[in-house]
Amino acid sequence: MEGTMHADAKIRAETGTESGPRGPGCSLRHFACEQNLLSRPDGSASFMQGVAEKSREQLIRNTCEAVVLGALHPRTSITVVLQVISDAGSLLACCLNAACMALVDAGVPMRALFCGVTCTLGADGTLVLDPTAKQEKEARAVLTFALDSVEQKLLMSTTKGLYSDAELQQCLAAAQAASQHVFRFYRESLQRRYSKS
Amino acid sequence: MAAGFKTVEPLEYYRRFLKENCRPDGRELGEFRTTTVNIGSISTADGSALVKLGNTTVICGVKAEFAAPPTDAPDKGYVVPNVDLPPLCSSRFRSGPPGEEAQVASQFIADVIENSQIIQKEDLCISPGKLAWVLYCDLICLDYDGNILDACTFALLAALKNVQLPEVTINEETALAEVNLKTKNYLNIRTHPVATSFAVFDDTLLIVDPTGEEEHLATGTLTIVMDEEGKLCCLHKPGGSGLTGAKLQDCMSRAVTRHKEVKKLMDEVIKSMKPK
Repeated sequence: MEGTMHADAKIRAETGTESGPRGPGCSLRHFACEQNLLSRPDGSASFMQGVAEKSREQLIRNTCEAVVLGALHPRTSITVVLQVISDAGSLLACCLNAACMALVDAGVPMRALFCGVTCTLGADGTLVLDPTAKQEKEARAVLTFALDSVEQKLLMSTTKGLYSDAELQQCLAAAQAASQHVFRFYRESLQRRYSKS
Repeated sequence: MAAGFKTVEPLEYYRRFLKENCRPDGRELGEFRTTTVNIGSISTADGSALVKLGNTTVICGVKAEFAAPPTDAPDKGYVVPNVDLPPLCSSRFRSGPPGEEAQVASQFIADVIENSQIIQKEDLCISPGKLAWVLYCDLICLDYDGNILDACTFALLAALKNVQLPEVTINEETALAEVNLKTKNYLNIRTHPVATSFAVFDDTLLIVDPTGEEEHLATGTLTIVMDEEGKLCCLHKPGGSGLTGAKLQDCMSRAVTRHKEVKKLMDEVIKSMKPK
């Protein structure tokens, strides 16, 4: 397999711990990305982040359609196949990240990159970014956003549970801050890949 | 002349109207179409409602049946929504298994019911572990002219308010359920979720209640479901152009006013129906 690069990104909170309860502020779990793993398709990527079908497909498809410059490739069909290897929470966000990296790997012209961020609201209003499956189940509300890389605008959002308007703005701001980390990781992993080959 | 221009350049034709801050059907950017609701028209259903948002027509029928409660939640009943977009409502749908749009709409309605806690599922339990009500909510679109999600949510809410369930007692000796059709109770509707949909144009303009043509020309859509306390049950934005936090705030305030309009309309209709 050519050019497989394993890029690691460790984002730690100020306390310097990775596991255990995470405080508010940006603390995402460890994530890793591998590109060009499959030889047949034009582009492929696996995105591992931390350890409801048609609806999710529509959300991912519409997000990709908003970003991909389809006018440059008329009469072309771009198929994005996402295979879940393991689900440890924040699945939709991970799918969005994988889709974006795969599109970049395939060389599809896009107007911006996008990333997915999930955040949960606890019963007392605490905000947790990038929740585990257990945290998602116990949360009062789970919000998943897709943000673009140019102005951190909201491309896609899907939510579960009840929350107030102010809480939504809070989650959106936290997600926008977290997306910076994800975009920095995209950049680093691509730089590492292309600098070696 | 205008019809020719509209066929050849639909987007440009539309932009001319948007520049004057109005739309081809004469509405303002923030104005909804005329909403009419007819509750209780289907006598064979336990609850029904017909909602018209301009031309978009959705009818909701609720049937209640018995079922065994789920093993992991023996004191809960079921609410099963299903949205059907048959070929009669629009030429874009074919007959056969439900297409993607119908499935997404069904999932959306299921999420609204779940998130807003419109009905406490414990209220549907008759005998824990043995018998519970299951409410089949069938939403059928009779005419598709955009903004199907708002119409479906409103129709569902109105139909559920109309549902009357008979008293059921379990006979101790025979362990069979005895239904008393003479005494009927309304469901306990705890919240009133109302959906407000927007379409995004050219990445900047937001218009409320898009028609079928507008949805087709739009670069993105957004649906907000709010209950009476201003809490959000659902923020559904399936891709499309990006929105800033400030634009979202404007949408929220529009959703709040829409909620008041819809609640007022529904209360009027129900009050006019009460003496039965």
